Amino acid sequence: MATNKENIVMHEKDMQKVSAQQKVVQVLVKAGVYAFLLLMALIVIFPFYWMLISSVKTMNEYQLTIPTFWPEYFDFVNYAEAFSAAGLGKLFMNTLYVGVVSTLLSLVITVLSAFAFARLEFKGKETLFGLMLATMMIPGELFTITNYQTVIMYLDWGNTFYALIIPFLVSVFYIYLLRQNFMQIPNELYLAAKVDGTSDIKYLWKVMIPLALPTLISITILKMMGAWNSYIWPKLVANDEDHQLITNGIRNAFTDASGVTDFPVQMAAVAIVSAPLFIVFIFLRKYIMAGVSRSGIKG
Amino acid sequence: MVDNKQQWKAWLYLSPAIILLLVFTVWPIINTLRMAFLEGYGVQSEFGGATFEFGIGNFLKVIQYKGFIDCLVNTILLCVLTVPISTLLALLIAVALNSIKGLQKLLQTIFFLPYVTNSIAIGMVFAAMFNVIGNIGIENELIVSPGIVNNVLGIFGIEPISWINNGSEYWANIVVMVVYIVWNALPFKILVLLGGLQAINTQYYDAAKVDGTSRARVFTRITVPLLSPMLAYVIITGFIGGFKEYTSIVGIFGETMGPPHDSGRLDTMVRFIYEAIGRDQQGRASAAALILFVIIFIVTQLNMKFGKKSVHY
Repeated sequence: MATNKENIVMHEKDMQKVSAQQKVVQVLVKAGVYAFLLLMALIVIFPFYWMLISSVKTMNEYQLTIPTFWPEYFDFVNYAEAFSAAGLGKLFMNTLYVGVVSTLLSLVITVLSAFAFARLEFKGKETLFGLMLATMMIPGELFTITNYQTVIMYLDWGNTFYALIIPFLVSVFYIYLLRQNFMQIPNELYLAAKVDGTSDIKYLWKVMIPLALPTLISITILKMMGAWNSYIWPKLVANDEDHQLITNGIRNAFTDASGVTDFPVQMAAVAIVSAPLFIVFIFLRKYIMAGVSRSGIKG
Repeated sequence: MVDNKQQWKAWLYLSPAIILLLVFTVWPIINTLRMAFLEGYGVQSEFGGATFEFGIGNFLKVIQYKGFIDCLVNTILLCVLTVPISTLLALLIAVALNSIKGLQKLLQTIFFLPYVTNSIAIGMVFAAMFNVIGNIGIENELIVSPGIVNNVLGIFGIEPISWINNGSEYWANIVVMVVYIVWNALPFKILVLLGGLQAINTQYYDAAKVDGTSRARVFTRITVPLLSPMLAYVIITGFIGGFKEYTSIVGIFGETMGPPHDSGRLDTMVRFIYEAIGRDQQGRASAAALILFVIIFIVTQLNMKFGKKSVHY
């Protein structure tokens, strides 16, 4: 409270010093700041706007030399066409399946590992943790070359969901993130639970998971986004009709044999594909932004 | 005091992670080194009974192959252009956002939107915005629709440019990629830098105010130095991401990695690696991946070394 009061006194002194001329400069600077921010925001948001209005135009209107910034009339046929032309239904289901299964398994593995590192004592703990962190420095491409062989040649998982899910279940980064979170929970709670004869699993479920929920939600979203955006690996190992994921499905679906692209339908497909991520973002903005600022990676 | 029960319990809980890491992380590290130093290694041929001699031929082939140098040039060019531009823009936006009260939350959300997108899908939107419908840059030029970007440039009296179409020039392709990559990179950088700004103690600014320090001086003497750890972080991750550029190019140009008349023009290092995998040249792919790793490692170390001198805590 005292500091607050001091601040107020200080600000009052400041205000008296500010002359009329300085005030004008301040207003101008403020206006400039807002103008800059609004212009940048406009540039950032414009592609989304263009995608949406293009997706409801007819091909004729889309091809006008002077484009219309508001469609003459809304042609939602493009959406139906996009859905059937690229087989979006099947792509959605495949992606959802891979996303949900890999997220659930990944969460179990991450929670168990983070618990071991945060709560249990065992020989070589620090060394093992250090080694795991060291692997984060290596670019993923280096793993992909061998994993492709392992999955295709040794495990015979070509064109299966296993190939899309299992190689990516362990993320050292998520284990690290959750371990940090678990370590903040006082150890006394664990010891008290032990005295009461509570099992580890029950303790995890009743105490640690609820307390670490924000981190777990962040991990879940990043993992789902990963499935939604993955392109290179699925293309290598499972790109047949039954297992194709959404990103691979849409890239070339709207260009016919002669190289002519039906842009409005393509834009409708992009809008459909973007919608789920946007909806998730609107509801879980806080968790996504918290997770992202710590990870520095997409997906 | 380490009791035995905790020992085996810990290893039990860690076993799924350890088994998967051994198969999909540790083995690849060993195997990549092995393949890189076996002359002309390919896994299919190894299964077919072929044997390979030890040597550095893969590295030599990669370095001497003209396509690889092109990939390297493209990758470095995109890195050198996009990282400074996106970092500077993100810094300006973050500082501006931090200085306002009204609309801050709304604008912050808007600036984060490009992050929650699929980089291939939105790449297709950018491609549509830069695309010219018609025949541009040839005799009997006929432009049906120059595309929204050329429309906007037209307001300033600039003739339509072929950005990504048949006959487009290299610099135009690069401009499109830089615009798209910067657009994509902004959200993460703004988020991190804004977080850093909000953590700066306001006392520094109050003190500067009392002293009547100018805005420019406050920015260069207080904001940037106190923000330097975050700046170093976004620059390093920016370079690492830049060296792995691939999907954003697929988003704009498709799998041809270039305009129709010159496919492969925008190939990058990562693309080179994946192509070699598909052609059963894992030895070459491994050598290229190791080169990529070394480059990323050196750039990171340089950044950290340079950063240590300028990072103030």
